[in-house]
Amino acid sequence: MRQYLSFFRIRFTAGLQYRAAAWAGISTQFAWGGMTLLLYRAFYEANAAAFPMPFSSLASYIWLQQALLALFMSWYFDDEILGSVVSGGVVYELCRPCDLYAMWFVKNVAVRLSRAVLRCAPILAVAAFLPAPYGVSLPAGPGAAALFVPALLLGLLVIVAFSMLVYLSAFYTVSPMGVRILASSAVEFLAGGLIPIPFFPDAVQPLFNALPFASIQNTPFLIYTGYLRGREALAAVAVQLFWLLTLVLVGRALMRRALKKVVVQGG
Amino acid sequence: MKLYWKLVLMQLKSQMQYKASFFMTAAGQFIVSFTAFLSVLFLFSRFHEVQGFSYSEVLICYSVILTAFSLTECFVRGFDVFPRLIRGGDLDRILVRPRSEVFQVLTSHIEFSRLGRLLQALAVLAYAIPTSEIVWSAERVAAVFLMLAGGVAVFSALFMLYAGLSFFTIEGLEFMNIFTDGSREFGMYPLSVYGEGVLKFYTYCIPIALFQYYPFLYLVGRSDDVRLIFLPLLGFLFLLPCYAFFRFGLRRYKSTGS
Repeated sequence: MRQYLSFFRIRFTAGLQYRAAAWAGISTQFAWGGMTLLLYRAFYEANAAAFPMPFSSLASYIWLQQALLALFMSWYFDDEILGSVVSGGVVYELCRPCDLYAMWFVKNVAVRLSRAVLRCAPILAVAAFLPAPYGVSLPAGPGAAALFVPALLLGLLVIVAFSMLVYLSAFYTVSPMGVRILASSAVEFLAGGLIPIPFFPDAVQPLFNALPFASIQNTPFLIYTGYLRGREALAAVAVQLFWLLTLVLVGRALMRRALKKVVVQGG
Repeated sequence: MKLYWKLVLMQLKSQMQYKASFFMTAAGQFIVSFTAFLSVLFLFSRFHEVQGFSYSEVLICYSVILTAFSLTECFVRGFDVFPRLIRGGDLDRILVRPRSEVFQVLTSHIEFSRLGRLLQALAVLAYAIPTSEIVWSAERVAAVFLMLAGGVAVFSALFMLYAGLSFFTIEGLEFMNIFTDGSREFGMYPLSVYGEGVLKFYTYCIPIALFQYYPFLYLVGRSDDVRLIFLPLLGFLFLLPCYAFFRFGLRRYKSTGS
């Protein structure tokens, strides 16, 4: 366990070093969030009745999304890991007395957490002072606040468990670039990164909710804003747990198979 | 100019050596921008209109900006990956050759796989034109081409600005994404939907609205002022300060020597 903790610490502190990049990212995300809200305002003015949630809830959703972008970013893949599979350097990792899956997993969690920690506070602080319907508001209630934190963590673990599958695909393809581009844009959309899932047409919503990607950012943010409440919220967290377990089990099984077959060319 | 086509052809040939990879990347580009299209579709299936603009009108806007952006990304890619040229020391090689720097940067990278995105933009345009109830006239056809030309000019200028900035900072460059990727994403809707302030910003600071919004008003029949279709040409002026800034950075450039 201690070894994984130190992997985590190394990656986490390394991630904290990039402060200038963080400031650039913060301003970018702030502008992005603002523009997104202005777009939705225009839609709200066009047809307020078609809005699936109050405008202030949407504002909270957008700001949380921008503040915690690094936690759930679908386009982040560790180049070192992908590179080590392609180049064969992964053999050195296999010589180490620790579990490869757990090591990769911990590294990914650490990078995402460190970037999010640097960026979330300034964005949320400014967004909290924006005028009424446009700012981030408090959680919908004490229950929502209490459930938000575990849902957030589970969401992080689900996206990492999914990206493990992409890393594993590198064992089977020559160039992981194609899978990577496809996976990141599909996940971004399916997770509700482009537009929140409640804004999808009502007919197809159950389909998207049934996919594991709804368990990433969708669940914690909807719990925070009170869109999911009570029993529904608890069920959503249970679904998150289910997908996390499934993805981890599948990932581990795939890894076992891949490692059994893997042949590293010498030299 | 002859040399340019020769180099373009060379790039095309070299990228065609890896056909499977090329087509997969192009297909990937197609699908990546397809999710953006889906989000427009989903929002309109819920709200039907925004500020009186209908779905197919917005799609015209969408495909103009996407076409302009993907053309720029394909042919002006050299400026987009400019930080890499600096870091790799390739810029030094460029500087010692007896040709203009801009020409060499342009021909150093031409990314034909970006045309996957272009294909999608054109498909959307082909769908939007018959459904949009626009009465086509010579002026309106000219408007579409002027919008595209102006768009390529403004995006090229932005890429050049980005390259110029990379002489001074590497880490802060993410900021420029607001203007490049951001303009592409938010330019999918007529810029007036974001309100007066944003429209002014995109008219006077980053002249996206010059090719995306004002001629669009004439195109969809919101305005009868035919002069609007020539506004994209003003966008070419934006190339001047961006080029000047790039020159300024280039003059101050000191090689790392590696």
